[in-house]
Amino acid sequence: MSATETVPAVEATSVTKIFNRGKPNEILALDDVSVAVGRNEFMTLIGPSGCGKSTLLRLMAALTHPSDGEISVHGKPADQARQDRDYGMAFQTAGLFDWRTVSQNIELPLQLMGWSKSDRRERADEMLDLVRLEGFGGHYPRELSGGMQQRVAIARALSFSPSILLMDEPFGALDEITREHMQAELLRIWDETHTTVVFVTHSIPEAVFLSERVLVMSPRPGTISAEVIVDLGHRDFDTRESEKFFERVTAVREALRVPEEPA
Amino acid sequence: MIERLRSMSPPIIVGIVGLVAWELVLQVLQPDGFVLPPPSDIVASLIATWDAIWIAVQSTGFVIVTGLLFGIAWGVLGALVVSWYRLADEMLTPLAIGVSAIPIIALAPIFNAWFGLLSPRSNQLIVVLLVFFPIFINTTRGLTDIDPDQIDLMRSYGASRWQITKEVRIPNAMPFFFTALKISAALAVIAAIVSEYFGGRQDALGPLIVQNAGLARYPDAWAAVLAGSLIGIGLYALARVVERFAMPWQTAVNQGVEG
Repeated sequence: MSATETVPAVEATSVTKIFNRGKPNEILALDDVSVAVGRNEFMTLIGPSGCGKSTLLRLMAALTHPSDGEISVHGKPADQARQDRDYGMAFQTAGLFDWRTVSQNIELPLQLMGWSKSDRRERADEMLDLVRLEGFGGHYPRELSGGMQQRVAIARALSFSPSILLMDEPFGALDEITREHMQAELLRIWDETHTTVVFVTHSIPEAVFLSERVLVMSPRPGTISAEVIVDLGHRDFDTRESEKFFERVTAVREALRVPEEPA
Repeated sequence: MIERLRSMSPPIIVGIVGLVAWELVLQVLQPDGFVLPPPSDIVASLIATWDAIWIAVQSTGFVIVTGLLFGIAWGVLGALVVSWYRLADEMLTPLAIGVSAIPIIALAPIFNAWFGLLSPRSNQLIVVLLVFFPIFINTTRGLTDIDPDQIDLMRSYGASRWQITKEVRIPNAMPFFFTALKISAALAVIAAIVSEYFGGRQDALGPLIVQNAGLARYPDAWAAVLAGSLIGIGLYALARVVERFAMPWQTAVNQGVEG
């Protein structure tokens, strides 16, 4: 099994994505992108709107397919990984189902996977503990605040212990205070579960605070323009005020700077 | 309980005030009775002619209920097909919207020719057609108007098309469906009675109204209209009860907001 240890969790090789190919509104969304995400790594994709970072995430999740190139997950095709339920996903909108209670939302993937009712309930309770929402299982999503809803979404994404967590701007709709709190929560959960995380954001401090590694993407056509190794180690409230944090933020900001046309 | 009374009382008060005013104006002014009978006369007629009205209510009620059930069944089935097959959507939806513009009641005499003047089939068909369109169009909207992230999420779980329909599309369509159902309940009563003016069973509410009006027995005609209204109100109330049971999350949320 030592061979699999060296296989990346997610590997995109020379991936190109063209929307509306051959039509007048053809868009080259991603151009020859290669990315490897290590096992248990927290990796962030950052870039301006329309740089294709969400498209890259959707490609990794096999929700759409590359026009060219290959995506493999633990050494197998992305489609196979989707069928094997290797992915947990969270989006900017919590995407909870209004008609299901909080517990039932967390249980949904388990239900689809054929878990027994008692196992499901037990796991839902564990997940509610993990995201610190003990006692809210019987509530309906609309009764909860935005931050609480997003925590339920994370609990749902992690409920079946997927090996990879794909997150598309999950905290984008939250206020700054809730957002920083959720970032700390996510890191705590990541510490406890050691899931591989691919995180998409357009917030520089968020990317730096959360990740081990940040990939900076350039606008259309999307390519990986820079890589910043963050390596902040243990993070807490003071991290955001540390010099190392500012250095990394500056590094990412510089990498995002649009190159000026030579005079 | 007091909350409930408070929420119910304004329409009841308005209704009672209206009826009393109607009664008083007619008793005081005493216009020719056939213009508009006072409510007391209508209620007296309802009681006096109850036997005939009860038979008519059953006859028309049968048309309404069967028409509603078939209209709902076809409407929901059509909406499901359209939500599954894009081609069906492109072919059927514009057609359905076009056909819904036809004044369906106007087809009553033609349907009588198809099924026979005294057959309730023509009335049923009119109810079915009138109910079909609001159910079909609203339910389709509810089955397809879904946050794309939610569909992606289900796909990331490896959910089948049927699982996506059962867990996402159908619950999402419920509020749309029930809105259409409440509209349809009233439409079905109108469709049944008006179509009965042209043909169908002769013991039904439509013929009863026509006959009584023709013989200048206006309170009796009004009593039959009242019976029709009661069917409509009953169906609406039934739809609301089913709606509450079918969508417990709606009431929970409403209470959550108030409390």
